[in-house]
Amino acid sequence: MREVSAVEITRVVRDLFMDANINLGEDVLAAFRQALETEESPTGREILNELIENARIAREEQIAICQDTGLAVIFVELGQDVHVVDGDLNKALNEGVRQGYKEGYLRKSACHCFTRKNTGDNTPAIIHAEIVPGERIKVTAAPKGGGSENMSQVMMLTPAVGIEGVKEYVVRRVRESGANPCPPVVVGVGIGGTFEQAALIAKKALLRPLGVRNEDPEVAALEADLLARINDLGIGPQGYGGRTTALAVHVNMMPCHIASLPVAVNIPCHAHRHKEAVI
Amino acid sequence: MPDVKKVTTPLTEDVINTLRIGDKLLITGVIYTGRDAAHKRLTDLVEKGETLPFDVQGQIIYYVGPTPAKPGKPIGSAGPTTSYRMDAYAPTLIALGLKGMIGKGMRSKEVKDAMVAHKAVYLGATGGAGALISKSVKKSDIIAYEDLGPEAIRRLEVEDFPVVVINDAHGGDLYEEGTARFRRS
Repeated sequence: MREVSAVEITRVVRDLFMDANINLGEDVLAAFRQALETEESPTGREILNELIENARIAREEQIAICQDTGLAVIFVELGQDVHVVDGDLNKALNEGVRQGYKEGYLRKSACHCFTRKNTGDNTPAIIHAEIVPGERIKVTAAPKGGGSENMSQVMMLTPAVGIEGVKEYVVRRVRESGANPCPPVVVGVGIGGTFEQAALIAKKALLRPLGVRNEDPEVAALEADLLARINDLGIGPQGYGGRTTALAVHVNMMPCHIASLPVAVNIPCHAHRHKEAVI
Repeated sequence: MPDVKKVTTPLTEDVINTLRIGDKLLITGVIYTGRDAAHKRLTDLVEKGETLPFDVQGQIIYYVGPTPAKPGKPIGSAGPTTSYRMDAYAPTLIALGLKGMIGKGMRSKEVKDAMVAHKAVYLGATGGAGALISKSVKKSDIIAYEDLGPEAIRRLEVEDFPVVVINDAHGGDLYEEGTARFRRS
């Protein structure tokens, strides 16, 4: 049994949230540069250049890429041979969020559903933990902005609609979202499982480096087709019209109930933020 | 994209009439911030016939909740939030003389109709470019609702603040026209 201190977990979570919110990933920057080559709209190209410049300023001045530094979503893969000491795991994760959002000058966006009173420290974190083999802990910080999350949806389709019905639904969801989620977006799609599992695998699909296709060739082909159809919508950067509506489409699929065809669409904006560490 | 136009606040009806969708503007002067919770409080005051914390006549409201400012800086990251959540409140403020709104994302028919009827414009700032946009903000003071934290109303002094006209006072809609131009399906 390997012992890991809760204090160490807090420190890692703190650093990951600051890093994710301030330093845009190289995969996203590469996607911007690639989009610059294919974008036909001059306004669209101007927006893409602004986003590259924005990432540079954020990195140099160590301020948040976007003012919406999100709710603090954390994925934890906890090795079954790890024993957490000096405190409990959930408290350690939340304490890391508290410290990271304070020390990183990040916005606290968590509030009561009805009174809208801010909790003041961006907790509680949204924690997805699973037990895995081994004696390591993998922590992924994935801050999620509200504007794009609001455009996300789970739909329980009828099995009869098949793959074409799934494609139509996903493309329609992106079209109806229009300019709201700050295009160019990334589209996470979860197909199968149950109501909640579809949403979770859609979100997990977003943790893949941008543009890395699903290992299953059938799903990879679906991703490519969805991306082409979404970029034919013409929404473009910021919705001002153009070729680049999505930078990537990531799909995860798993078996579902014989009566069901759940599909979840999770949309993050171009400030596509996630950083991970292994303890 | 057409040439960049420089405008100063407060906005006059003469200036608003010259603006067309797709115009790129650089705004200099004072603008006010406000988002969900602040809008609810403002329109509650209007309903009760009470005075607002600032006179909206000729002014621009920027839908933003910035990150905390680092020491020595006027503001933190400060990009726009999605505007449709303010649709329920915007026509009331437009009727009182509000001339501009800065945000991102689509507006309701009611808001667009109010803009045409009362001569106002909806302007887009680049969503997610909060670090870049913060460079145009020279001064920031909280003038109301400090208890709302990031949602407090701030008076911002801005210089060459970059926006694009999304809805003009003549009924134009950049989202509809731009998308139609590039749609393939």
